[in-house]
Amino acid sequence: MYNGGMYSAETIGKDLVAASSTPLVLAILAEDDSYGYAILQRVREVSGGAMEWTDGMLYPVLHRLERQGHVEARWETAPSGRRRKYYRLTSGGRTRLDEERRQWQAVDATLRGVWRELSAEGA
Amino acid sequence: MAASNPPLPLEQQIDEWRAYLRRRQAIHAVDVAELEDHLREQLATLTGAGLAPDEAFLVAVKRMGDLDDLSREFAREHSERLWKQLVVAPSQAAASGTATRRDGVVAFALAAAAAIALKMPGLFGADLDDDAGFYARNASLFVLPLLAAYFAWKRRLDTRTLLWLAAGFVAAAVIGNVYPFDAEGSTEALTALHLPIALWLVVGLAYAGSRWNTVAGRMDFVRFSGELFVYYVLIALGGGVLTAFLLVMFETLGIDAEEFVGSWLLPCGAVGAVVVGSWLVEAKQSVIENMAPVLTRLFTPLFAAVLVTFLGALLWKGGGLDVDRDTLIQFNLLLVVVLGLLLYSVSARDPGAPAGLSDVMQVVLVVGALLADAVALWAIGARLAEFGFSANRAAALGINAILLVNLAWSAVLYFRFMRGRGPFAALERWQTDYLPVYGAWAALVVIVFPPAFGYA
Repeated sequence: MYNGGMYSAETIGKDLVAASSTPLVLAILAEDDSYGYAILQRVREVSGGAMEWTDGMLYPVLHRLERQGHVEARWETAPSGRRRKYYRLTSGGRTRLDEERRQWQAVDATLRGVWRELSAEGA
Repeated sequence: MAASNPPLPLEQQIDEWRAYLRRRQAIHAVDVAELEDHLREQLATLTGAGLAPDEAFLVAVKRMGDLDDLSREFAREHSERLWKQLVVAPSQAAASGTATRRDGVVAFALAAAAAIALKMPGLFGADLDDDAGFYARNASLFVLPLLAAYFAWKRRLDTRTLLWLAAGFVAAAVIGNVYPFDAEGSTEALTALHLPIALWLVVGLAYAGSRWNTVAGRMDFVRFSGELFVYYVLIALGGGVLTAFLLVMFETLGIDAEEFVGSWLLPCGAVGAVVVGSWLVEAKQSVIENMAPVLTRLFTPLFAAVLVTFLGALLWKGGGLDVDRDTLIQFNLLLVVVLGLLLYSVSARDPGAPAGLSDVMQVVLVVGALLADAVALWAIGARLAEFGFSANRAAALGINAILLVNLAWSAVLYFRFMRGRGPFAALERWQTDYLPVYGAWAALVVIVFPPAFGYA
């Protein structure tokens, strides 16, 4: 379970993880403001463990989204008393999330169509 | 890292991990803080699930991922971080940030003070054009005391050193202004030229402080001087662009800004840039690679090639040099350039490294310059009686002798080093020990020459 790589063969490929990281992070932040560790917990929860990210790699993704203006960051004192960086979805991020969702649904619909034909041929 | 050692207390392991992360250029302190928060949260979860602290640490670090990969990802996202930045308004380490900002505020205040000092005589009727001699003699006095004050403040110099500095500047101010110079005479021009050199050594005393008596302290001052020169030229180029835009833009309004540029922007900028440039050199010395040695590396082979070709052409033509009154000064400048190339390659060289191709280049350069200067001296010596022995020529000959002695002995030391008979440090020591000689000669010219040559 404690796999060091960005991905593991049994779960989801590296490119897919990278491509899906943006909509996934945006969608989680659309639920509520959050911080790195909690976002990763949420990813594991939603994917049922199939999305196995290397923890550190989330942060460059968050910083990219921050630079692009899709999320805003602020430092706050966490209940534990430590300083913690929280991220919030911006309106630009919401637009981007809608766009990502449209594209992924299109991909998903296309793939579903292909799978259906494949299984029809196989039968 | 900590993983292979016997179990350390958790906090110590986290400290090591943090220090390891801090060494990555692409990962800034705030990012380390963010990642540390993550690590600690992970640790809390894992120990909460029943893992021992050191087991939890291993797992948490492993889940964080390979730090090389992580560092690469950060570098990809923050590519600007790979360009070493001079942080004028820093966002990272807050403590050093406020120190940098305070230094900057003091530097700009002193630069403004230098500009005010420069304009002060104007209140008493002095004019940049009409009293050009006064301004030429005192130019260094408007800015160098303030630069020395900056270093005195930064280095917290003791009272004795401060008194020496003050004595130096006061003596310079007195000598520069009580001598009854003939208007536009050559002793006045010599004073204007040599006073800054003498005072620059006084600034060196302020810069190096108690380290002035060490090779390292003086070498640092040499490095500082070279970097300041590079920065000053860059600031001057920027200032030129600003001035050009200012003139053109106000001309479209029908306002002639030349008067403002000539009597305010240019002189105030010129003195202020010395202090601001010095601050920049200080602030970035550990951040950005020094430029002077880079330029030296680039130009040493080129100057060596020019000198060798010159000597070859001289042999081939067979005749003497066509000397005139300015030849000596031109060859002095050549020696100054060669000495600068030597000095800055010495300043950047690892004294422990064995002799290499660039050392051969240096020797060719120095020997070539010595030969060329010898030929020039020979040609000038023959006609010196005809030219007459004026203050200018005495000063030029003196400087030539001083540079010649330096370069000749440098060549000897370099030969010894290359044949394995002496350490490179001997050359470094020779160059730094020689620095006061320039100051002493400049002081001599300022103090003795005007009365000796009748203030002409």
